[in-house]
Amino acid sequence: MDSFITGSLIYWLVAALFLLGVYGILANNNLMKKLMAMNIMQVAVIVFFLILGQKLGGTLPILMGSDTTVDHYINPLPHALMLTAIVVSLSTTGVALALLMRIQERYGEIEEDDILRRMNE
Amino acid sequence: MREQLPALIVVVPLLASLVAPLVAYFSTALVRLVAIAAILVANISAIGSLTHALTKGNWHYHFGDWAPPWGIELVIDPLAGAIAVLISFVSLVVVIYAGPYLKEDGWLKKGIFYSLFALLTTGLLGMVVTGDVFNLYVFLEISSLAGYALIASGGNKAVVAAFRYLLIGTIGASFYLLGIGYLYAVTGTLNMVDLAEKLPLLMDSPAVIIAIVMLVVGLGTKMALFPLHGWQPDAYTYSHPAAAAFIAGVMGKVPAYAAIRFFFFIMGAATGPVYKALQIMGWLAAAGIIIGSLMAIAQKDFRRMLAYSSVAQIGYVVVGLAIGNSLALIGAVLHIINHAIMKSCLFLVAGGIQWRTGNVSVEKFAELNKKMPLTMGALVIAALSMVGLPPTAGFFSKWYLVLGAIEADMWFYVVVIIISSLLNAVYFFRVIENIYMKKASEEAKDKDKDKGKGMFELPLQMLVPIVVLGLGILVLGILNEPIVSQVIQFVIPGGGQ
Repeated sequence: MDSFITGSLIYWLVAALFLLGVYGILANNNLMKKLMAMNIMQVAVIVFFLILGQKLGGTLPILMGSDTTVDHYINPLPHALMLTAIVVSLSTTGVALALLMRIQERYGEIEEDDILRRMNE
Repeated sequence: MREQLPALIVVVPLLASLVAPLVAYFSTALVRLVAIAAILVANISAIGSLTHALTKGNWHYHFGDWAPPWGIELVIDPLAGAIAVLISFVSLVVVIYAGPYLKEDGWLKKGIFYSLFALLTTGLLGMVVTGDVFNLYVFLEISSLAGYALIASGGNKAVVAAFRYLLIGTIGASFYLLGIGYLYAVTGTLNMVDLAEKLPLLMDSPAVIIAIVMLVVGLGTKMALFPLHGWQPDAYTYSHPAAAAFIAGVMGKVPAYAAIRFFFFIMGAATGPVYKALQIMGWLAAAGIIIGSLMAIAQKDFRRMLAYSSVAQIGYVVVGLAIGNSLALIGAVLHIINHAIMKSCLFLVAGGIQWRTGNVSVEKFAELNKKMPLTMGALVIAALSMVGLPPTAGFFSKWYLVLGAIEADMWFYVVVIIISSLLNAVYFFRVIENIYMKKASEEAKDKDKDKGKGMFELPLQMLVPIVVLGLGILVLGILNEPIVSQVIQFVIPGGGQ
């Protein structure tokens, strides 16, 4: 049981978070809530990568004195990748918010089913 | 300068995209020239790199002289080179075409349009030339973000279509990112060449199988593979008419290219899990070919008909991957190229008709051949090519696919391709019939609605791209044999050796 908690539990949590996000995008009717669910999903992916870089007992990936044992440092690459992914997520959210403002301006609401009904009229 | 060609493919359009709004503030004529020049440079660099790859072997360009796998490299092999030439060529043609559409817009709108267009080109070219799977993700998002904005600038309905595409596209990109996360977890590398060396030993690992599933879902969403195509008809139909041809013609093809790159170059499709995944994709694609064609028949809006036909056409490419022998792969790559040209041509024609008459409904196309004989000629060529009649380009890619399917004893796909060609004939001949056979109603003859009153055809900037692409379809068809023997046969893994 202990090995489950220290080992694979975190992956199950991340998978649950990811699926929660996907479910939120599919199930919500309000476009703003869909956008928030999308952010939750993206955070799950980011956390997944950060776990890959983590090591038990590892420290910051900055050379500490003469300690050159690789096992003492965490892997910095996933963190660097995720900085980029966070920027991507930020810009996607920005574009999405801008689109939402346009939708609100032109349709007066952000409930998907109403908007779709009015689009098809 | 010559040794920097691969970098220029990406860097020049990116710089153009950055300066475009600023240039537009000072001169709206100049911004157009800047955009065209930048894409032209990218096109020439792509052609130069392709020639180098064909004559001297694959070109590995190390960014900032950082050796891979630590640094990021661009890799131009014949496949990447050929697709990069295709993308930059279609982009060039469409950016020239965009001029008259933007005539009445202010400097800000013009600047932003050209900026986004150059950014979309950058993203798509980057996806093709990169040799790093995470870099590919970044370029995928760059092209998607520019694509969302270009689609959204098409009007009220377009904004909603763009928002829905954004949500679904982000789900697809997240699946892709998770997929490469799994690959990184088992191999510790993101470089494609490095991955190709390390993965064959790990193919049975559950992590790799999960990664394959994630890649299929992610790339499948992005290329609008049935049944993940829900975002696509609205997005293509309502997008900015000046950019629709580029978005519809090329954006779906680049993820298909990425699928070829992953499944055939990085993983090697002969091995267990990839082979099975491709079979499943093949069945979905076959269903998509039939359903997409049937949906296209049901549409009245010309653009929406073309969008559904794209769902069917991307199916051909995936069927080619599923068959997986060299003939079918040649067919798949050839179809990526041919369909990009045909669909762009058709969307340019649709945009031209919309510009001139304001009509998008096929039923109102009567007697358009009198107003726009050359445009309609291009439409007929493109339509015949979509159906697959020789000597147009569309015939040859289907021919290779069918030959490949027969060689692999997969008769099911042969039947699907033939049925789908008949269905294509149904909806394209209906368009041609509407244009040439029907008499125009009195209302349609109302000259006030005609934007180019008394004028021959479309403005030259719109007409030339349409005619160039229309002739391009014929050239690709007639010169098919040299193109395949000089270029395409080298694009498949181990090809030409």
